[in-house]
Amino acid sequence: MTAETISLAELRKHQPRFTGLSPGHRACQGCGELLAARLVTEAAGPDVVVANSTGCLEVTTTSWPDSAWRVPWLHSLFENGAAIASGMEAALKAQGRASKVLAFAGDGGTFDIGFQALSGMIERGHNVLFVCYDNEAYMNTGVQRSGSTPVGAATTTSPAGKERLGKRHLKKDILSIIAAHHMPYAATATVAYPADLRHKVRRAIEVEGPTFLLVHSPCPQGWGHDGSRTVEVARLGVQSGLVPLIELERGAVTGVMPIRELRPVADYLKAQARFRHLFADTAEAARELQHLQALAEHNIERYGLSAPGPEPRDTEGADTVRRGGQHWA
Amino acid sequence: MPQALEGSQAIARAVALCRPQVVSAYPITPQTHIVENIAKLVADGQLECEYVSVESEHSAASVVLGAAAAGSRAYTASASQGILLMSEVLYDISGLRVPMVLTCANRALSGPISIWNDQSDSMAVRDAGWIQLYCTSNQEAVDTHIQAFRIAQETELPVMVCMDGFTLTHTMEPLDLPTQEEVDAFLPPFRFDRMLDPQAPVSIGTMVGPEAYSELRYANHHDLLGAADNILRANADWAEASGRDWGGLLRTSGPAEARIGLLGLGSLIGTLQDAALAHPELPPTRIMALRAFRPFPIEALQAACEGLDELVVIERAFSPGFGAIVAAEVRAALSELPQAPRVHAVAVGLGGRDIGLSLYPRLIEVAHGEHAERFRILDLDPERLPQELRA
Repeated sequence: MTAETISLAELRKHQPRFTGLSPGHRACQGCGELLAARLVTEAAGPDVVVANSTGCLEVTTTSWPDSAWRVPWLHSLFENGAAIASGMEAALKAQGRASKVLAFAGDGGTFDIGFQALSGMIERGHNVLFVCYDNEAYMNTGVQRSGSTPVGAATTTSPAGKERLGKRHLKKDILSIIAAHHMPYAATATVAYPADLRHKVRRAIEVEGPTFLLVHSPCPQGWGHDGSRTVEVARLGVQSGLVPLIELERGAVTGVMPIRELRPVADYLKAQARFRHLFADTAEAARELQHLQALAEHNIERYGLSAPGPEPRDTEGADTVRRGGQHWA
Repeated sequence: MPQALEGSQAIARAVALCRPQVVSAYPITPQTHIVENIAKLVADGQLECEYVSVESEHSAASVVLGAAAAGSRAYTASASQGILLMSEVLYDISGLRVPMVLTCANRALSGPISIWNDQSDSMAVRDAGWIQLYCTSNQEAVDTHIQAFRIAQETELPVMVCMDGFTLTHTMEPLDLPTQEEVDAFLPPFRFDRMLDPQAPVSIGTMVGPEAYSELRYANHHDLLGAADNILRANADWAEASGRDWGGLLRTSGPAEARIGLLGLGSLIGTLQDAALAHPELPPTRIMALRAFRPFPIEALQAACEGLDELVVIERAFSPGFGAIVAAEVRAALSELPQAPRVHAVAVGLGGRDIGLSLYPRLIEVAHGEHAERFRILDLDPERLPQELRA
């Protein structure tokens, strides 16, 4: 009898694993948020209870009587995800149950309308991992600008025109605000680096107390790129310095993903129609481009992101992403 | 054994006897110290529960929603602006069919800002899909809270126990607080079949399209109407255990031969009863305490109005641009009767205006009026009205 050899890649495809979010939901092709949510639930495992704020994630996964969720899940309202999660956690504690509570919200339900409840949840020290799937606008309602929309991005309520170059205000630095709550653990991640995302989910779940994860999640519809380029666009965001991948413990930076191959911000912006107007041949457009490049350079300096060298491939990354749900199971 | 207790303290103790597992509250102004008393019971080790002090009423309602859905008996209390801020969540709680109990210590609404008692707050959330029970005394409030926890979990509907702010919550009254054994025998441990549990995952609060929304809303309405049976049973069982019968949906008092009925909600019932005794020269009245406002007891009301020529509905809130709230429903319910009494609608005691015994003769006057009173604020002070409104 000869031993059968099997490649590592092949083995990975057969590896049994749990996913909290099953395929067949109604999200758009290439949806970054659904991809992120699947990766988060895979990393979190089955012993969780999910509170989901109103948004694309809730709408696309649960058209009654169907549900894509394989974990206990409750959606209440737009702004109360963190408070619902607080109540769940209090109940589990009262009953002596040890399941981890996850709160899922978009950037609207985190940066804007859900912020008060989130701040309260952290202040009270609930044992909840709050995950913000950040697609940088109100995508579910038709791409309106949010507190997370980057400066210069065109949305339906910050359109580009003769007098305006998209959004006139900076993206809210939510991570610093969260970290200022004496936060045990807060981190950013993106769908472009699944291994990093998994690591951060596991790290956050191990913490007994409030933790926060901001997952940069491209929206092909709202950002104006092809659904097949979601991961590429997300990676360009990181490589340009606009989306720093960092970890904060009690407010101090404890982890940084270095950028090996720095890319100009224009590469990231050019890939998306929401920034198209910034490439017009005008002085204003050029100035706004410079502004965005300066913001990226500020991030690179602030977090020490630049570390030239060979790009380390995210070993499980592309494979994990392509396997999509039960496709290979 | 009766003991003198302040209303808020009595309710805190009654709620504690119901063994809540999660209590959440926010001290919006105006605040009632029910939740402060519960916090003290927790701090003193007399009540084992998760006490969550939140950053808003919206979150207070959300915390108890999350807690009950995760399988815990949950409680909160609020009033006035707090009820309005909660209102979005209140609708969601009933729509998701998650059982819990909330005390509404009834107060007026802004603006102008007022911290005093009327029932504008609970009336504003009339259509939130909650059971609403109104209490006439602190003893009734104690008993109603205990019943409310059972009604909620039997029906999978939330229950709002309404008691007049200040008039009840801040006054001392000798009352009987049941023992833990009595409450335990009446109220089984909390159980919620759709509880969020990783071993049997369910999705609660999914998106519903036009193909099913009407049916789900109808089922809610149907079950809220059906909750009348649970309210009656809880009242009857607790009456047997405690010796105190609060009439279930509606309670009447007064001589059988009375031709004039007076219907109200909450603490003014006691005032009316005292006033009736103080005015033996006036015609007898049948005094009706509407205990259940939701579900609205149509049949019980029709039966209670048997033999009446006149019915004065006394309200503690009104609907600007129309007038009566409760009387509009009373008229609708009685319109089915071949021999319905004339229905008069008056509002009194808005924003904490005192309701004295002197109100009583004026109600009799209204009942004897030439025309049915469509709606009138009976205790307006003409001196404080602008000149052009003094008629």
